[in-house]
Amino acid sequence: MAAGTTQDTNARMQRLAAVRPRLVSFARLQLREPALAEDAVQEALATAIEKDDDFAGRSGYETWVFGILKYKILDALRAQRRQGKWQPFDDESDDEAIDRQFQQSGHWQLAARPSDWGDPEATFANEHFWRVFDTCMIALPENIARVFSLRELMGLSTADICKETGLKENNCWVILHRARLRLRACIERGYLSEHGLSEQEK
Amino acid sequence: MIKVMMCREATRLMSKRLDATLSLGERFSLRFHLGMCRACRHCNAQFDLLHQAGRRFDDEPPADEGDDTSTRR
Repeated sequence: MAAGTTQDTNARMQRLAAVRPRLVSFARLQLREPALAEDAVQEALATAIEKDDDFAGRSGYETWVFGILKYKILDALRAQRRQGKWQPFDDESDDEAIDRQFQQSGHWQLAARPSDWGDPEATFANEHFWRVFDTCMIALPENIARVFSLRELMGLSTADICKETGLKENNCWVILHRARLRLRACIERGYLSEHGLSEQEK
Repeated sequence: MIKVMMCREATRLMSKRLDATLSLGERFSLRFHLGMCRACRHCNAQFDLLHQAGRRFDDEPPADEGDDTSTRR
């Protein structure tokens, strides 16, 4: 029925508008330049509207739209790479931010010892956590953030990341290790300081 | 000579575990270390959480910041 279809389409347009802010923050974390992120989202939204018939009532509309955005982001990243905008990654260099977390012996520095973040579901439900997460992602050095995003936001395998970036798989593991250590330290400072464990566990 | 794995090396394996399959030896060393080290158990949980966090973006309903109920199913 035509009327029902139009109604469905309208409902989907409303959902597009509702999901837009999340699309933008997702794209920003990866492309880093707000204008580029806006472009990718704009293109993804246009494609979603254009291909609305393709969606045809499958479940997970937002997931479908995110899937489109992921392709747009990959395109934008490839263009950045072609234009030589990527800094080379030097994995021989020491990473001070990580050296600071450990003693010479390989034990944690006392001040850097990881603490309990509590129940993951409660953490994910906490808006403050996501603000800190975003801030800490943006604080990552660009080339580390890129690999982390490809892996954890885009869900690429390290083998595919190698293809996209020209890195060796070993380098990927080194970078991901650094990214995770930096992120955990940053989030712990930002999240637990304002949102103490005791408060979360109440 | 058995070299006891230190926390820094343990975090390397905790991270690698999320991207590749560890060897039997690596798995054993990691499990052994985690059994003894609470700070590393926390770190391991945090890495897991970061791993899940990235997948949260695209499978959640829109946040309800002031949106009206008509946009929801």
